[in-house]
Amino acid sequence: MDIVRIPLGAWIEGGLDWLTSEYSVVTRGISHFTKAGINTLNDGLMWLPEWALLAIIVLLCWRISSYRLGIGAALGLALIWNLGLWDPMIETLTLVVIATLVAVIIALPVGITAALSERLYRLIMPILDFMQTMPAFVYLIPAIPFFGIGSVSAIFATVIFSMPPAIRFTTLGIRQVPVDLIEAADAYGATKRQKLFKVQLPLSLPTLMAGINQTIMLALSMVVIAAMIGADGLGSEVWRAIQRLRPGDGFEAGIAVVILAMILDRLTQSLSRSRS
Amino acid sequence: MDETQNVKIQVRGLSKVFGKHPKKALELRDQGLKRPDILEKTGQTLGLSNIDFDVYEGELLVIMGLSGSGKSTLIRCLNRLIDTTEGEIVIDGENIPTLSDKALLECRRRHFSMVFQNFALFPHRTVQKNAEFGLEIRGISKSERYKVARNSLSQVGLDGWEDAYPNQLSGGMQQRVGLARALANDASVLLMDEAFSALDPLIRKDMQQELMQLQAETQKTTVFITHDLDEALSIGDRIVLLKDGEIVQIGTPEEVLTNPADDYVRRFIEGVDMSRILTAENAMRPVRSTARESDGPRTALHKMRENSIDSIYVLSRDRKLLGLLEVDAAKQAADQGADTILDYMTQDFRRVQPDEPLQNLFALFSEKSFPIAVEDANQRLLGVVVKGAVLDELARAGDQ
Repeated sequence: MDIVRIPLGAWIEGGLDWLTSEYSVVTRGISHFTKAGINTLNDGLMWLPEWALLAIIVLLCWRISSYRLGIGAALGLALIWNLGLWDPMIETLTLVVIATLVAVIIALPVGITAALSERLYRLIMPILDFMQTMPAFVYLIPAIPFFGIGSVSAIFATVIFSMPPAIRFTTLGIRQVPVDLIEAADAYGATKRQKLFKVQLPLSLPTLMAGINQTIMLALSMVVIAAMIGADGLGSEVWRAIQRLRPGDGFEAGIAVVILAMILDRLTQSLSRSRS
Repeated sequence: MDETQNVKIQVRGLSKVFGKHPKKALELRDQGLKRPDILEKTGQTLGLSNIDFDVYEGELLVIMGLSGSGKSTLIRCLNRLIDTTEGEIVIDGENIPTLSDKALLECRRRHFSMVFQNFALFPHRTVQKNAEFGLEIRGISKSERYKVARNSLSQVGLDGWEDAYPNQLSGGMQQRVGLARALANDASVLLMDEAFSALDPLIRKDMQQELMQLQAETQKTTVFITHDLDEALSIGDRIVLLKDGEIVQIGTPEEVLTNPADDYVRRFIEGVDMSRILTAENAMRPVRSTARESDGPRTALHKMRENSIDSIYVLSRDRKLLGLLEVDAAKQAADQGADTILDYMTQDFRRVQPDEPLQNLFALFSEKSFPIAVEDANQRLLGVVVKGAVLDELARAGDQ
């Protein structure tokens, strides 16, 4: 007897089609809004002369982290500028910033609620596993019917891919707050809200920042991959190099990604350290 | 205690079962089964069973029991950090187990301050902000709570430490912050959960005395949990003795000492007879820090600060005991620019030989908290005896 093949793929497609047609108003709204955000930030960063933005980033690195990171950032950014990859770098940075912002805005309340409710925690953890282990490319496919080819789809896929660590770390941070401190807050008659804002959140801040750092790193990697669906930036430089079989161009763009990643990583890491 | 005294908290028929089927456990309890049998039959732990006692207005009530006796559960039932299974806890006409969530918050804010064994200070807040916590929760204005918290910090001797963070403080000082946080709140009852158990013996002694002094001044109703009989006897107006979740005896320290209710209590007390054969040597502890006769006042002060003590024995080069230097005297010496501490020492402490019977040491403990110095025939300092050590030694002897 033949076992009937379960039409899992067809179901998912059907569901996505339904979502696309039923919620086209919503997706178009999101698309419009996101595009506006991307353009504004992009134009803003591009309006600044290269040297000015470079100086700002270097200053930030120096103040928040160390003069060593400042020097490193200056050299790295100068190299990117020199290679003519400044504009793609800005585009990538914009996508990362916006995707991270959206991811964190969603992740914080979800993570907090999951930390405080055992039931939601159990519901959410497998979903997070799913989101993180699903090959990143797969998110790109439904993004296209939702938002069309381009940056908005890239943001959508990136947000889904990079959000889990922010949720996980938020939940973890809040759950790690020692029981005796919770007990102390309770004993003095703190409401749930007071407990959250005066005890739980401040104490989980370092963990929370570590989660945001992870989210930024994942967002960066995804934004590069998203070049396959037409996202601008360093990823599309790499993509073009692949299509034309020009390893030199590919590595140049790749190195630019590495530089950007290192600056973002060190910067957010020292930000979380200075808070703890 | 006077029978006509006002009752602040009335506890009646209080029981607590840990587990999912408390009814079953209570039924078996009513059939006369004890905790281990109930655990075996139902998997439920009978934490507290039929607890009845009153806390009088203004008294310092000690709840004493060994670990597993249910004392921590009991104190947490009072402010409902743990929900009770049955029974009443009435404070000023309100029955705590049946309060709504909102009324419970209000009740905790008005009636209870708590000091914890492991301090439970908020590491992200300064000492000042920690002390303000209870007031902040109650929505007291910034300037008001600053003033009140500062005042209570100075009450516990932490002037000048307001901007420090808890991890910069020693254990004793951290617990002072915990105490200040509780005092600032000005709730009507102070709950102290093994508040001094994590401190080392000398500091503990100081804290006990300060608590008694504070309590005498403020007349704040205090419920103090401890596993240490010596602590219970020395600070309690009355003692509630707890064993396996049940009350064994309630009484003043004298009543407990002279008229132990059963063998469990007697075992604590019995050591007193053994004391004739025990000597100072048994209870003696090495001195943590001593000053040399050549030390200046600043060196001596430094040593005291390092060891969190407020007096130090001064020894000659060949370890002969010359005298005792108190922290105030050392400060005075430093202020006056003296370069020797010898003129500032006191002889107002006790010296005994190592073969002095322990029994006699009881009488030697004066109101001052100086340890008794044990010295050999050549006046060389061998060690010190603190009051706690005497009782510990007696209790251990009683066990054997």
